[in-house]
Amino acid sequence: MIELRDAGYSYDKGALLSGLDMAFAPGSFHFLTGPSGAGKTTLLKLCYGDLKPTTGTVLLEGRDSRQLDRDALARLRRRIGVVHQDCQFLDHLSIRENVALPLTVAGRDVAAEAANLDQLLGWVGLGPRAAARPPQLSGGERQRAALARAIIMDPDVIIADEPTGNIDWEMSQRLLSLLAELNRMGKTVLVATHDLALIRAAKGQVAARVLRLAQGSLQAGTEL
Amino acid sequence: MRRLLTLVQRATDATLGDRQADRVVPPTGHTVWLTVLTSAAMAFLAVFALALSLATGRLAERWGESLAQAATIRVSDAGEAGEVQAEAVLQILNMTPGVTTARAIGDDEQAALLEPWLGPDLPLDTLPLPRLIEVATDGNLDAEGLRLRLAAEVPDAVWDDHTRWRAPLVRAADRLRGLGWIALALIAGTLAAMVTLAAQASLAANRQVIRVLRLVGARDAYVARAFTRRFTLRAAAGAAAGAVLGGVAIAFLPAADDAGGFLTGLGFQGAGWLLLPLIPVFAGAVAFLATRRAAFRALAGFE
Repeated sequence: MIELRDAGYSYDKGALLSGLDMAFAPGSFHFLTGPSGAGKTTLLKLCYGDLKPTTGTVLLEGRDSRQLDRDALARLRRRIGVVHQDCQFLDHLSIRENVALPLTVAGRDVAAEAANLDQLLGWVGLGPRAAARPPQLSGGERQRAALARAIIMDPDVIIADEPTGNIDWEMSQRLLSLLAELNRMGKTVLVATHDLALIRAAKGQVAARVLRLAQGSLQAGTEL
Repeated sequence: MRRLLTLVQRATDATLGDRQADRVVPPTGHTVWLTVLTSAAMAFLAVFALALSLATGRLAERWGESLAQAATIRVSDAGEAGEVQAEAVLQILNMTPGVTTARAIGDDEQAALLEPWLGPDLPLDTLPLPRLIEVATDGNLDAEGLRLRLAAEVPDAVWDDHTRWRAPLVRAADRLRGLGWIALALIAGTLAAMVTLAAQASLAANRQVIRVLRLVGARDAYVARAFTRRFTLRAAAGAAAGAVLGGVAIAFLPAADDAGGFLTGLGFQGAGWLLLPLIPVFAGAVAFLATRRAAFRALAGFE
């Protein structure tokens, strides 16, 4: 459960976000949209603890994010899967190793979970590309690999920042299908995108709510 | 045996992180060779500092203990009077508890002692040389009592237990040994400083890697272990190479002999060689502590 209570965030230049009140209920699917520079990425970062609000409160699993130390934040991030716009891979590792990275840093035995890993790579369509390095993959493959890494720890929440920003329409549809399937499994999904066509395409696949971020505030959400 | 290996592996993983953790840090960079070369050079120097320390320790022990159980009695009168007094001294010594052996040094031995200064074929009969009596004790000799008895019965006999020249030499050897240990401490400090600098450079260069690791849920302890493992193993490997080279260099120094004096005695003897394998272990421990400290400080700064 992620909840924002009158939360805001200011950079040195001034307030970017203010008065954010929102609760992302378990099992919900939200699109977050708005123009470039509106603060979508900043809002997402508040939701997975990468930034702490300068005003108000962000509750992550019931705990004030400002009270979380680095270790608590690390444990929290194992339960919130994040797909970054630029994927954030380690280029010296293979895709398989990158996808397994959350297991590795959690001290889990990757060899013992090889079957699950292979199944997951197959589910996102990257089984044959598992040994490749991230720079060798296309944009769509990288985004699917990032999604696989985000869900390898079976998190309750999946946050995706412009996951279809650099990929073609067909690949966007495929990624959306994967996110919708995860939502049907009971995962909470929050996707930031400026791609309205993607949001329209989601209609019929998921019961999503669309939030619009403009002028630093969340405007009333609409049901898809 | 397998259980023991598993236990060792687990203990290593607990302190240094597992092999998977090692993979998350990119394997290249100038810090690799900087760490390996520095630790090799420091280990090479450490071998010599250790050898110096051990050699001076042996010297101090020899001067302090072995020579403490030896003394010389000098009878200044030359000629027949000297012979008579020397005989009297020997009789006294033979009856003195604590004296294990006592013997007059013959003309040939005296000539040999003087040869380095006065040359060979010395005509001793033309020189008014004193008679010398070499005394070995078991450590329980009442030296003061013997001195008083000699003063009373053979006034020209002078008791010399070598204290006057032995004490400053023992002090000098002790100081040299101390300097050896100080050199070792400085080497360890220098290694720690160099490894810290290399670790800081590596941490700064891998800032993005650290960010990714944190984003996927890595705790600071995990990230620190990944770097610590790498630098500890590099430092230990470099130090092992340096220790081997240093050991070979020491082993090929000229052998110690009577004429060689102190310098040819520089080296390891017996169990002393067993200290060499400890150098890479110690270097690894220094690198472990230095990297761990640097990593946690850097990670606290990377918000």
